[in-house]
Amino acid sequence: MTAQLKRSPLHETHEALGARFTEFAGWLLPLQYTGAIEEHLAVRTAAGLFDVSHMGRLEIRGRGALALIQKVTCNDAARLRDHQVQYSALTTERGTFVDDLTVYRVREDHFLLCVNAANREKDARWIREHREGEEAEVYDVSDQLAQLALQGPAASEILQLLTDVQLEHIRFYWFEQGEVAGVSCLISRTGYTGEDGFELYVPAASAEWVWNRLLDVGQAAGLKPCGLAARNTLRLEARMLLYGHDMDETTTVWEADLGWIVKLEKGDFIGRDALRRQKEEGLQRKLVGFEVHDRAPAREGYPVLVQGHVVGQVTSGSYAPFLQKNIGLTYLPIEHTTIGARFHIRVREREVEAEVVPTPFYKRPR
Amino acid sequence: MATYPEDCLYTREHEWIRVEDDVGVIGITDYAQEALGDIVYVELPSVGDHFSQGEPFGNVESVKAVSELYMPVSGEVVEVNADLTESPQLVNEDPYGDGWMVKIALSDPTELETLMSASEYEEYVKEEKKK
Repeated sequence: MTAQLKRSPLHETHEALGARFTEFAGWLLPLQYTGAIEEHLAVRTAAGLFDVSHMGRLEIRGRGALALIQKVTCNDAARLRDHQVQYSALTTERGTFVDDLTVYRVREDHFLLCVNAANREKDARWIREHREGEEAEVYDVSDQLAQLALQGPAASEILQLLTDVQLEHIRFYWFEQGEVAGVSCLISRTGYTGEDGFELYVPAASAEWVWNRLLDVGQAAGLKPCGLAARNTLRLEARMLLYGHDMDETTTVWEADLGWIVKLEKGDFIGRDALRRQKEEGLQRKLVGFEVHDRAPAREGYPVLVQGHVVGQVTSGSYAPFLQKNIGLTYLPIEHTTIGARFHIRVREREVEAEVVPTPFYKRPR
Repeated sequence: MATYPEDCLYTREHEWIRVEDDVGVIGITDYAQEALGDIVYVELPSVGDHFSQGEPFGNVESVKAVSELYMPVSGEVVEVNADLTESPQLVNEDPYGDGWMVKIALSDPTELETLMSASEYEEYVKEEKKK
């Protein structure tokens, strides 16, 4: 079984660090090294290093690259300047998610898309299917690159020890090309933890070298290798959605409360009509953040009840290590989505009270 | 290193029981707490509840997963570890001591013969790790 799972170029490095592994989206990935809570807190207070090589990386090249991206995503990629990054979604005709992704503009005719591991083939196929009339090619470059995420308040200070690129000049959601520990990388000021930080796109063959150098120089600042368990609790505290859990091909971008990435005025794109119609007609349900008034975490899949009736289930739920609360996300009927609204979640045999709270649950101090 | 204390008996589901005068103290093993990772919640039964051997009696939750707890032998709960409400991490820190979960009055002490000794359990865990 595990023999069929894909492995990161850093797999042996993780083994040497004593990682415990788990299966995720067809990959065998480090779940944790020393402990999920310790790793989570390291990212909030110092820094953490994640191997996110399992993410999919697609390149779109050609004169029609921008036009193709505009057609398949709902955000306005025309607003991007060279070396700028945008969070967006690939949308279906119904305005639901093929995937969520980040769009990197390298040049006018060259974009890099970072997509979810499980959706890599599906996304590439989807984009190619809609290429008609556009002079653009889609390349899957995932296997050639490793991807490291250095996250936390000390991330900038640590990375600066290994690069001549002036990191203070890279703004949030922008990137530069440069050397890290002598290796040519794409250095982007992005991440999925709610902290300041960087994602490094590194040639697969050099991944181990860069990973080890980062851990060496970062040790004094409290840098720790971090696994998927911490990544999940960090992204949840920051209310960052997880594809296949908080949104998928059955939920629209409005329903997932990601309306800020929908730019109806940008011109035509797949799903635009459906999204416009839904906006006019109004939503029936919306994703909300909740806190449970109980010591038991409300986990994914637990039934959600409003006035005694099951209306859905928890899409993400966990103990939040930094906030020390039990939090989660769920879709609720629109009339129950106001802050402070109470509902119930069935935790095994018990029904516990939950409250709609403002999100993100955690916001980093600036 | 007392990973699997000699004075306990063990289940295939990774609980331990230490018996004195027909009262058994029950918890999860060092292997189990290590495999679960950081424990954030322990759901325990009430004093007076009866359970048969092998029956689920509660849950232990880590950041990542929920695991059911199974009764090593039949009996009535006579005490639960209230400290675990405030400090579930005691299970990680001291699985055979402060991290104990329930005490039961054994209704059929002969069931103890179906459990594993420390050395048998150690072998069993070695096999589990290979999987």
